[in-house]
Amino acid sequence: MANDVLTYDDEVILEEQGFDDHFHEHEHGDHFKSNFVNHYVFSMDHKIIARQFLITGMVWALIGAGMSIIFRLQLGFPEESLTWIKPLLGKWIAVDATTGIGTLMPEFYYALVTMHGTIIVFFVLTAGLSGTFSNLLIPLQLGARDMASPFLNMLSYWFFFLASVIMFYSLFLSTGPFSGGWTAYPPLSALPQASTGSGTGMTLWLMSLTFFVVSVLLGGINYITTVLNLRTKGMSLWRMPLTIWAFFVTAILGLLSFPVLVSGFFMLICDRMLGTSFFLSEIFIEGAALPNVGGSPILYQHLFWFLGHPEVYIIILPAMGIVSEVLSVHARKPIFGYKAMVFSILAIGFLSFIVWAHHMFMSGVNPFISNFFVVFTLIIAVPSAVKVFNWITTLYKGNIRLNTPMLFAIGFVSMFISGGLTGIFLGNSAIDIQMHDTYFVVAHFHIVMGVAAFFGMFAGIYHWFPKMYARFMNETLGKIHFWITMIGAYAVFWPMHYLGIAGVPRRYYSFNTFNSFDDFTALNQFITIAAIVVFAAQVLFVINFFYSIWKGKKMTTKNPWKATTLEWTTPIHTGHGNWEGNLPVVHRWAYDYGKDGIDYVPQHIPLTEEEKAQEGSH
Amino acid sequence: MTALVIFLIVLLLFIILVQLGRVTELSAKIRGEEDAEEQGNNRTALWLVIFMIAFLVFCIGSAYYYRNSMLGYGPLTSASEHGWALDNLFNVTLVLTGIVFVLTQILLFWYSYKYRHNKNRVGAFVSHNNTIEVVWTAIPALVMTFLVVKGLIVWNDVMPDVDPSEDVIEIEATGYQFAWDIRYPGPDGKIGTKDYQLINPGLNPLGLDFTDVKTHDDFIADKIVLPVDKKVRVRITSKDVLHNFFLPHFRVKMDAIPGLPTYFIFTPTITTADYRQQLREYPEWNVDQDPADPEAGTRWENFDFELACAELCGKGHYSMRKVVEIVSQEEYDAWKAQQNSFYFSSARNSDVDPYKGQLLDIDIANRSKEFDAKFIEALKAEDADDRIVRLDYVTFETGSPNLTADSKYELDNVIKALKENTTITTEVSGHTDNTGDAAKNMELSQARAMAVMQYLLDNGIDSSRMNAKGYGQTRPVADNETEEGRQQNRRTEFKIISQ
Repeated sequence: MANDVLTYDDEVILEEQGFDDHFHEHEHGDHFKSNFVNHYVFSMDHKIIARQFLITGMVWALIGAGMSIIFRLQLGFPEESLTWIKPLLGKWIAVDATTGIGTLMPEFYYALVTMHGTIIVFFVLTAGLSGTFSNLLIPLQLGARDMASPFLNMLSYWFFFLASVIMFYSLFLSTGPFSGGWTAYPPLSALPQASTGSGTGMTLWLMSLTFFVVSVLLGGINYITTVLNLRTKGMSLWRMPLTIWAFFVTAILGLLSFPVLVSGFFMLICDRMLGTSFFLSEIFIEGAALPNVGGSPILYQHLFWFLGHPEVYIIILPAMGIVSEVLSVHARKPIFGYKAMVFSILAIGFLSFIVWAHHMFMSGVNPFISNFFVVFTLIIAVPSAVKVFNWITTLYKGNIRLNTPMLFAIGFVSMFISGGLTGIFLGNSAIDIQMHDTYFVVAHFHIVMGVAAFFGMFAGIYHWFPKMYARFMNETLGKIHFWITMIGAYAVFWPMHYLGIAGVPRRYYSFNTFNSFDDFTALNQFITIAAIVVFAAQVLFVINFFYSIWKGKKMTTKNPWKATTLEWTTPIHTGHGNWEGNLPVVHRWAYDYGKDGIDYVPQHIPLTEEEKAQEGSH
Repeated sequence: MTALVIFLIVLLLFIILVQLGRVTELSAKIRGEEDAEEQGNNRTALWLVIFMIAFLVFCIGSAYYYRNSMLGYGPLTSASEHGWALDNLFNVTLVLTGIVFVLTQILLFWYSYKYRHNKNRVGAFVSHNNTIEVVWTAIPALVMTFLVVKGLIVWNDVMPDVDPSEDVIEIEATGYQFAWDIRYPGPDGKIGTKDYQLINPGLNPLGLDFTDVKTHDDFIADKIVLPVDKKVRVRITSKDVLHNFFLPHFRVKMDAIPGLPTYFIFTPTITTADYRQQLREYPEWNVDQDPADPEAGTRWENFDFELACAELCGKGHYSMRKVVEIVSQEEYDAWKAQQNSFYFSSARNSDVDPYKGQLLDIDIANRSKEFDAKFIEALKAEDADDRIVRLDYVTFETGSPNLTADSKYELDNVIKALKENTTITTEVSGHTDNTGDAAKNMELSQARAMAVMQYLLDNGIDSSRMNAKGYGQTRPVADNETEEGRQQNRRTEFKIISQ
């Protein structure tokens, strides 16, 4: 029994059982658009767009992570000379005329910190993660030919590209890019006289992110429409893989929250350019009292975090979906508590809209209001805990293939536990009095939504790489990448908890102006060295990625992971339209692993007589 | 050159790794992929368990190693009353989450090891279990309820504003790029109003509204000094961008917002001196503060509580330091007595003073005291020639015998003295310096003396008790060669003739 492996002839099943949408009658109509530009650049194929999002995201990830290495050098080794980096940073490295020691200028330190946050949160973990996998998997796993609107989908990428170009350009301004933190709180972000980066740098930042939001909205509308309308025959909502549930809820969150951010941006633009006073009041700066009265900087914070909090779930939900899928496939077991997982995603999505002010406990809002936000915030711990327990139980009695995607999925769960638990401290406003804006917060969110989301992304890339490029990524390099990243990421972020408990504030250019914060020189050096090692491992990943596109081990079967979902029923080299003939028809949920002693039964396999009888008896 | 070498080494390393990846892939092919996979799987499973143990040891060990540097775990205990409640809540949360952390990490990695792939086995079809799912939803819900209730009790205890009847010290902290100004109320115990439109970087950096007399005794201190065991309300404001008033040792943190004053209330419970003694017990605080400078003393001797900024405010964000000193009530009172009112020491009669050139009630009262002292001295003088009170604040319009408006306050002091000492008779005399025509000077001084006497007459002093005399430039009291001397010579005097 244990060795029973059913083999299916997909061609036959698709031919006999599949749903004929008369695709081949227009299929050839697609060929007139098969020149290089239309195929790889202005492509409307969701799979190409996914790859465009992924590779653009990888470029941004290297830039964003590279920035963190530069500012970590300043924090870990402030006495060491950075003259060697002067060819890259130019005037932002100030060289002492007598000693010849080059130092990163504080203005640019803050610009790097700001850009690091903006790039990683928006360009890498929103566009690069959700953009890649929503695009790749929604049509493939639902049995659709493409997105509901391939054209809008293409626009979504090119708006992201436009946003990227503007942001990239802003890095080279003589006044530097925006440097007021990724949250861009006014008045610092509203007044060019408050900081050099708040001039043109901020104007470009606002333009770039506005285009970015357009990209997210175009993508989101498409994802929602596709999920609701283009599921193949038999794919009821309750048969969708958890990946699709996660992308679906993510798109809804984005659609509801990003416009609020844009309204905040527009008010900020008005304050900057038209002399309004939405966020400005009673300011004396650069020797002059400004005429603005009556505005409130806290209003901006409300608008920002009304997006900002759902945004962290926009980042983490796709990772959760990917990890659920990868864990189940490689543990050869159904995901434990499928319905509980779906309801957890929905609960987290809903709650994410009513917790935003937990970022603002210490920002001068009425302390009474905080009571509600504490309650809602800590309620989120319940669906999150349910998800963690379900992931762990999915491993229980499994038959686990510990390959690279699975390792990253396990790593994700470990990171999500570590970072999630510290959220229980910060969500409790009384503890937040001390911990707010310290390194404890930095440790918390980097582990729970930075590293964890990257782990989800890596799990997804290693797992679906064969689907994207018909080759495998190299396992040995993948495992080296995993272990360095796993150990290194903990080495970087775990000690930051101690800095935070010692009261060290985040966003400090130097710690030795204060006796209270000057106690951790060795620790800061350790963190910096670990960060460099982790960064090197990511370079290895990128090398592996591009090497494997052309030289990786070839995929010889359609379904190398023996997974149940529909993307593995498409041809190895999947063309535009995904299935050559009929669309697959779905007969079962996505997690029939180990059922009745059979290793796996894909979704498009009809129920056996036995199963039908069981189904009837329920 | 070094950079190039490092670059080449790194490049070489990457090439080696990529080759390694290829070789293992090829060797797996040769050995049979399934077997190679199975072996690799077993190895990885073992590494996961080793990682788990090492990771947990690292977490606990490093926390133990750094415990004395963290607030609340070594000598750095809370220095405020509410801080203990926060630390307690932190520790309760730490224990609860710590248990969950250790258990879930162990299960995660242990299951990954125990249920590693075996080609002779199929994963169990366990899709859900309602009982266990209800249990593990209910337990976190109960724990969260406990933490929320406990947390909110502390929060609602720490955050509300003071009752107006409560006895608190209120001080004001104003953040700006890139420093803090700390304003104390003077003896009146009240902080006067301010208006950002009145800010003048040199003369009135906080924009104090001097038409509000409560500002007149306020002083700006170069550090925060507070008495121990006394409740403090800090009014927190900002001049330009957002800042955050952060006192790590006191567990105090609140944003400073332009246009919207915030507050934080806390009670320091230990003096800086006592806190230093607490640190002295620990060896790491007994080393030299600065190895290069033996004079600097040990670390514990140099310890100070600090105020920091905890909200990004621009390129100098990391440097907004102020020392906080907690002292006994007596030391606090003594320190406060030494501080000078900002208004009187820096702004009085400057361009920003709305009362420039005008007398304030406090000036009138001070002048009255000054007169009384001089009058008593004159009464007691042995020598008849010393029984003179010079009326420094009696002045005339230029070249004219008309009294200025402010002169009446000084003359009222004279009237009061004469009414209290009914037996005294006096001579009011006028004097000038030596500039101009001597005869004219004589005439003017006579007229001025008469004007003063007229005022006294009008206010009910009998004419038999006084006479007026002008001496012109004949009786200088100082050198007429200097402007200072000449000014002293232009004067009105009041001489006691008989008592």
